[in-house]
Amino acid sequence: MAAYFQAPTAYSRTALPPLAAVSAPQHLVPPSDTSGTIMAITGVGFTVIAGDARRGDAFGAYPQVRFVPTVFRLTDKAVLATNGFASDGNIFIKKVRQRLDWYRHAHAKDMSLHAIALLIQSMLYQRRFCPFYVHNILGGIEDDGSGAVYSFDEVGSYVRETCRAAGSASTMLQPFLDSQIYPKSSQPPTPGSATHLSLARVLALVMDSYKHAADRLSHDQIGDGLEVYIVLSKGTSTQGLNIEGVSEVTSIPGGERIFLLRRSLA
Amino acid sequence: MNTFVQRFSTTGALSEARKAKALAADDEEFSDAAWGSEAGFGNIANGVPTFAVPAVPDPSAFLRLHTDDHADPSCRIKIQHGTTTLAFRYKGGVIVAVDSRATAGSYIASGTVKKVIEINPYLLGTMAGGAADCQYWETYLGIHCRLHELRNRERISVSAASKYLSNLVYSYKGMGLSMGTMICGWDKTGPAVFYVDSDGTRLKGDLFSVGSGSTHAYGVLDQGYHWDLSDEEAQELGRRSIYAAGHRDAFSGNTCNLYHIKQDGWHFLGNFDISKMHYEGPGDVPGSFGKGYGYDIRVEGRSSANPPPAAPTTTVTA
Repeated sequence: MAAYFQAPTAYSRTALPPLAAVSAPQHLVPPSDTSGTIMAITGVGFTVIAGDARRGDAFGAYPQVRFVPTVFRLTDKAVLATNGFASDGNIFIKKVRQRLDWYRHAHAKDMSLHAIALLIQSMLYQRRFCPFYVHNILGGIEDDGSGAVYSFDEVGSYVRETCRAAGSASTMLQPFLDSQIYPKSSQPPTPGSATHLSLARVLALVMDSYKHAADRLSHDQIGDGLEVYIVLSKGTSTQGLNIEGVSEVTSIPGGERIFLLRRSLA
Repeated sequence: MNTFVQRFSTTGALSEARKAKALAADDEEFSDAAWGSEAGFGNIANGVPTFAVPAVPDPSAFLRLHTDDHADPSCRIKIQHGTTTLAFRYKGGVIVAVDSRATAGSYIASGTVKKVIEINPYLLGTMAGGAADCQYWETYLGIHCRLHELRNRERISVSAASKYLSNLVYSYKGMGLSMGTMICGWDKTGPAVFYVDSDGTRLKGDLFSVGSGSTHAYGVLDQGYHWDLSDEEAQELGRRSIYAAGHRDAFSGNTCNLYHIKQDGWHFLGNFDISKMHYEGPGDVPGSFGKGYGYDIRVEGRSSANPPPAAPTTTVTA
C-alpha cells in the first residue's frame, strides 16, 4: 500500500527529482508565498472575516507592498478571504465573481453560501494538477440565518467551522482562537456558531489578535492595514459596531448587511 | 518543407481552420453548465471532468515538486494528510470508525474533519490520503450512484460503486492523486466493504484499516474481531481501535466518528473525544464498560508504581 499518510522519510517511496531535472520553462515560475494572515469567526447571526493588507516577497528583493486587500465581498451574505500567492488569489477571486455573476443572471438571486463553498471546491479541484496556491476562507450567512465559516485547502477540500486562521500568523493565532471560541479544550463535534460570544467580543478578539501578531512576527509577514468584514444576518442588531472606522457596504437593503472596518496595524 | 510552411503560415485554408479550432476551444472553456442550475457543481456535473495541467514535459513531477511534503517538508503546498480509518463487516452489518485530525506537514490543520462521506443513505466512503481527492471523487461518485438509481430503478451495489471509483482514479494513475478509501454499504448481497485506493487496488474483504494509524488500529481490531460480534461489542471495538491509533499515532487523533450500517441504511452513532475516552471512557453508550481506555487508568492501583489509594482510616470509637 502506498503512502496515504506521512510515512517516515526513511522509507518514503520516491526521492524528489532535483530541481534541474524538472526543467520548468521560464513562464512557469513556482509560486511564492506573498504572506499575510486571514481569519474568520462566526457567532449567532454574524460572521467576521478579516485580513491584513501587507504583502511581502512578491517582488523579490523589493520592499513589501503596503495595501493589498485580501478579503473580498462576494455577495451581501458571502465574503471570501484569500491567502498565499497574491497573483493566483486575484485571478481566483475574479473567476469566482464571474461565476457568481452568471448565476445571478441565470437565477435572479444570489448564490447561497453552502453552494458557493461547493463551487469553490470544484473550481480549486479543477486545478488539482496545477494548483492555485491560495488558502481560502469563506465566511457569511447561510440561508437559515446562521453564521458559517468554510475553510479550504489549496486543492479544494473544505469543512464548515466556527473559526479559522490561515497564513503567516496562523500557527500563532489558531490555538488562541481555539481557546477563546471552543468552550472546552475538546472541540465540538458539529461546528456551528459560538453561542457565548457577542459581536463586540469577537471584533475585539480579531483586532487584538492582529495587533499582537504584528508585534511578534517579522515585519514582512504582517502589518499595515487591517480589513475586517462583518456580515449580519437579517434582523441582527448592529450593537457592537458603533466603533471608529466602520462603514456599511450592503448593496441591497432589507436583507443581510455587510460592514467594513478598516484599521491600521502599525 | 512544404508541410512546415503550411503548418506555420498565417494565411491560407489550413491556418483559418486552425484559428477556428482555437476559437471553438476558447468557447469550450465555459460550457453552458456554468449558466444554468448546474452552476454550483462546475465541472462535476458534466461528464468526465477536465483538469488544467501545467505546460511542462512532466506535469506530475512538477506537481510533486511543490506538493510532496514527505520528501520535502518545506514544499509550498502542503496537502492535508494523516488519518486512521477502519471498517469491518460482521453479522450485524458494517461498523465504520474514523478519527478527525487533518495534518499539513507537522501542523494540525484541523481537529474536526469529517472523514466519512455520506454518499447516499446506504453507502459510506471513508477518507484517507489527500483530503481534497477523497472529498471530490467521492462526491462525484455520489452523483453517479444517483444516476445509476434513476437509470436502473434500483440502488447501485457496493461492488459496482467501488469499481466505478476504482476505474475513475486508475485513469489518473501516476498523476499524483492520493486516496485510500473504504466503500461500505448494504446491498442485495448484505453488508459489504471494499477497499479502493489511488493506485488502482480494489479489494473485497471483511476488515480494513487505512492511514498512518492503521497499524495501531489493526492491532486492537484483529484481537477483538470475529464474525459473531454483538452490535454493542462491534461498536465498542471500532471506537476502541480508533482510540488506540489516536493515542499512539501523532498524525491521528482528536475525535472518533462512529457509523453503523444495517439493512435500513447507515446510522451515525456519535462523536467521541479521544482524550476523554482515555481518561473517562466513551460515556454512557452501548458496549462501553464505563471506564477510561488508558493503560494508566485501567491498571490504577494494580502496579507498584501506582499503588492503590490508601484505605480510608477508620477510626474506631470505643
